[in-house]
Amino acid sequence: MDVVKIEKLCKMYQLGTFQLFALCDIDLIIQEGQYIAVMGPSGSGKSTLLNLLGCLDRPTGGRYWLGGKDVSELDDNQLSLIRGKHIGFIFQSYNLIGQLNVIENIELPMFYQGFSEHDSADHAKKLAEMVGLGDRTKHRPSELSGGQQQRVAIARALANDPTVILADEPTGNLDSQSGDEILSVLDELHRQGKTLIIVTHDDHIGKRAQRIIHLLDGRIDRDEFNHRR
Amino acid sequence: MRWFTIKKTAKLGIKSLWMHKLRSTLTMLGIVFGVCSVVAMLAIGEGASREAQAAIARLGSTNLIIETIKPPQEQADSGKVEVMRNYGLTYADAETIHNTIPNVEVTVPVRELDHEARYLNRQIAIKIVGTIPWYTEISPIRLIRGRFLGSTDLQYGQTVCVIDEQVARELFAFDDPIGTDVRIYGNYYRVIGIVTQAAAVRLAEEPAVGGKSGGVAGNIYIPITTAKYRFSEVNFSFSGGNRSLEKVELQKITVKVRSAEQVLPMRDILDALLARLHKAKKDYHITVPLEMLRHAAATRRIFSIVLGSIAAISLLVGGIGIMNIMLATVSERTREIGIRRALGAQKRDIVIQFLSETLLLTLTGGIIGIVLGSVIPFLVTYFSRQPTVITGVSLILAFGISAAVGITFGLYPAYRAANMDPIESLRHE
Repeated sequence: MDVVKIEKLCKMYQLGTFQLFALCDIDLIIQEGQYIAVMGPSGSGKSTLLNLLGCLDRPTGGRYWLGGKDVSELDDNQLSLIRGKHIGFIFQSYNLIGQLNVIENIELPMFYQGFSEHDSADHAKKLAEMVGLGDRTKHRPSELSGGQQQRVAIARALANDPTVILADEPTGNLDSQSGDEILSVLDELHRQGKTLIIVTHDDHIGKRAQRIIHLLDGRIDRDEFNHRR
Repeated sequence: MRWFTIKKTAKLGIKSLWMHKLRSTLTMLGIVFGVCSVVAMLAIGEGASREAQAAIARLGSTNLIIETIKPPQEQADSGKVEVMRNYGLTYADAETIHNTIPNVEVTVPVRELDHEARYLNRQIAIKIVGTIPWYTEISPIRLIRGRFLGSTDLQYGQTVCVIDEQVARELFAFDDPIGTDVRIYGNYYRVIGIVTQAAAVRLAEEPAVGGKSGGVAGNIYIPITTAKYRFSEVNFSFSGGNRSLEKVELQKITVKVRSAEQVLPMRDILDALLARLHKAKKDYHITVPLEMLRHAAATRRIFSIVLGSIAAISLLVGGIGIMNIMLATVSERTREIGIRRALGAQKRDIVIQFLSETLLLTLTGGIIGIVLGSVIPFLVTYFSRQPTVITGVSLILAFGISAAVGITFGLYPAYRAANMDPIESLRHE
């Protein structure tokens, strides 16, 4: 099944009379369960693509089907709902909310989805155990190491059982050991059949992925399947 | 919105307010003082106006009170000594009013004299009120024991008297006054009844006629006929080497009409009649308690507006303070807003989150303000004896105002927060 289907996707910024294409004519199909690395130099449009895929932004041209639903022309409210239901975000700087403890952070997407209190607390606890933080549920993010924080973020991304998990440089702020741990968690997710899209500079991650999409100047430069795995 | 959502939002709000305890407290103070002043001012204003209204109502809303006033001295011939000044209301006036004007229920003439009353070896200053049996209809005094003056007392000019409770206490102490004789100005008066004290009501225009009620223990009521025969109508006084003689028959005539609507027309009728009888000599004044009630209501309205504006300004200042802080909070938490938006929060959710924080702040402030504001009137009453009344309406009003301030001044920061671009906010450091 095609989880993500993109046709002639464009993102253009109007700078006075000058039109800057951050992304141009992107065609892409991603099947369920694929593990994809999006790579490319700075300014190649990686972040823009990630924002579009994550429904944080709307394209200026082209179409985008997420899980079979056309999301390219939805309004802000509908996009919020789509994000809550279908997207799991993992950020470079974790982006946990400092006032909330581990469980509450993991519960957050479920809160906006309208889960009941009991269900969400249960589910959050399971997820915390899954990423190996079962004994830290009451800790605040500031009391955790970077690797642990990123694991909380992964648990949070899984909370609403998303269609696609989007990760933006998930190991960028971590030392190599914690980074490896995070990557093995992601590998595990892949084994469980999750669809993963990871934006990275790191060839290391590229090597773990099934498929690498190279972006250059807002276009897909190369789209290769990794057979060395 | 479901209960869980409300609970969760409130919990989150409390948490983030608790994180900045000092800031939240200082912000709340603005609302606390605003609400506090609203409650306190309303209580003081309400107390004052109730006191005034009760005082006026005691005069009777269907009464018209005509009083003798001293007309201005004619200084035409300074050399000539005026033998006797003759002015004021007369028995004839009372008679004419009673006989010629329809719709007058009762006309009660009153003659007031300041004298001393003696019983055994005790002597106190009192005010003699010479009047007729119908006096009880125009005055709020109530009979405690015995009886009030009767028509036979009036007809025969009996030397009987009714004393008020204050006089009874001061003159008789532990003795039973009924049936005893009180000596006033060389005559003995038999006490036939005791009435409640007529609280002295100060009419604004009340002139000093034959001595003020100041310094007297209380009233002794005697038949007006007795007052006429036993006491001189001529008031003899020396001042600065000048001898002056004044003749005043009645100090007061109270006219009672059947209904409140007749009060104001009656004033005009009385004025016209008396102007003719007194040949335009302004030696009387007509007071209408009903009119005073209306004046009091108008004054109260102005009072409330002034107090209300002061309180409103302090609430406005408090509200602006809250808005300021909330705007700062919003920009401080830009990243959090971005995260929440990325995780599926709609704009509405963000608005609710920040609005509920503002509301928590203002409602808590409102409650504290109400508590403090309810204490202040007690202190005012305790220290200055000024009566205060805290009404339920004022508390609800104050609470409503604090909620309104919260919504008004919280809406814009919440709106700003909700309309932030999620991508930009996520990038915000």
